[in-house]
Amino acid sequence: MKKFLLSFVFIIAFTFYAILSSSKQLGIYINNLPVGDPASKSAPTSDPQPDKTITPAPPTSNPKTTKKPPQPAPTPTPTPSPKPAPTPPPAPKGIYRDGSYTGTTADAYYGNVQVAATIQGGRLTDVQFLQYPSDRRTSIQINTQAMPYLITEAIQAQNAQVDIVSGATDTSNAFIESLGSALAQAKN
Amino acid sequence: MKQVRKMMGMTITVEILDSPSPETDLEKVFSYFDYVDKKFSPYKETSEISKINRGELQERDWSEDMKTVFTLSTETNQKTNGYFDITAPNGKIDPSGLVKGWAIYNAAQILQKIGRENFYIDAGGDIQSRGKNSRGEDWSVGIKNPFHPEEIVKVIYIKNNEGVATSGSYLRGQHIYNPKNKTKPITEVVSLTVIGPNIYEADRFATAAFAMEQNGINFIENLDGFEGYQIDKNGQATMTSGFKKYTSINV
Repeated sequence: MKKFLLSFVFIIAFTFYAILSSSKQLGIYINNLPVGDPASKSAPTSDPQPDKTITPAPPTSNPKTTKKPPQPAPTPTPTPSPKPAPTPPPAPKGIYRDGSYTGTTADAYYGNVQVAATIQGGRLTDVQFLQYPSDRRTSIQINTQAMPYLITEAIQAQNAQVDIVSGATDTSNAFIESLGSALAQAKN
Repeated sequence: MKQVRKMMGMTITVEILDSPSPETDLEKVFSYFDYVDKKFSPYKETSEISKINRGELQERDWSEDMKTVFTLSTETNQKTNGYFDITAPNGKIDPSGLVKGWAIYNAAQILQKIGRENFYIDAGGDIQSRGKNSRGEDWSVGIKNPFHPEEIVKVIYIKNNEGVATSGSYLRGQHIYNPKNKTKPITEVVSLTVIGPNIYEADRFATAAFAMEQNGINFIENLDGFEGYQIDKNGQATMTSGFKKYTSINV
């Protein structure tokens, strides 16, 4: 019984000591929090991460806009062989002589259109643009970012009847004129 | 009465609804365009601009209209960060990009001054209208599909005699290529329509903004009194925040 009592007292004393010392530790820990070494340290360590992900963003989008300096659309000395060339009328063979023929320079208002027609085997096989209109020439860059209030949509054909149609100046007439004169020269 | 003529390498259509002498009025408009073409066409040997480019005409001998066009070109160049430039790569002066809208504007002024209230002038897809159409409604303008020119992709209703101009790239659409360098990626924007206070304003800023490629629509967004509709090579359109007020007939 004495033994039991003694050990009981001992257990209580130990438990009391344990509680006391743990609450001291807790107290220290809680006291330290506001002073904030761990807290203030964790704040800067979490900040740089968003920074790291945000800062690279503008640079990657900027090069995109600066990498593509506005190109003045077509300039007048091209030598492509575009496929849109109208295929020759199914003419009886030999209506055109083989060779390359340069058409007249036709005024397309914003510039000249001049084509060269190539005839092979009596047929029109290629049309090259020697002159091509360019009404938009420039070399200066700007760095405007896309604006949030712009609205986008996919274009869709409309059925509505309209009074007037707005579109880019059509060069097809000048194209036909120049090609026509080239083919006239090619005729036998 | 409506009349269509091929002039200055483009189609010019004029319709006048309320004239007691439509033939005379139409003749006035077309002869004005003829005058402008003879004076400003860089492709006519005898034009004043050709004489200037050959060094045959001193600045003090320039016509008043020539001086005006040069002043306006300089001002437009400044307002567009240099994107509007009448100096060609070969050093010659070619003010065609400004003259077109300016000429349409002046032609409309001619009709307005003789009391015409309901008409439109369409020169190569750049439009100045006034008043209402034959049904008494706002004039409707369709934006041409750059990929299928026989189609329209948007309808604009003109509320207050605004001008509508479209700048675009040529012979693209189904056959997209860069005529100078076939391997170079083609530009993003194929068509840019601008609505402005009048056709002179709309045309000069459409021309400059188109040269800015993808940034052109931002430039128009920042311009007070202007709205724009841009179409890129994938058929995606981007419009300014106030564009929608023109797409409904009753707002």
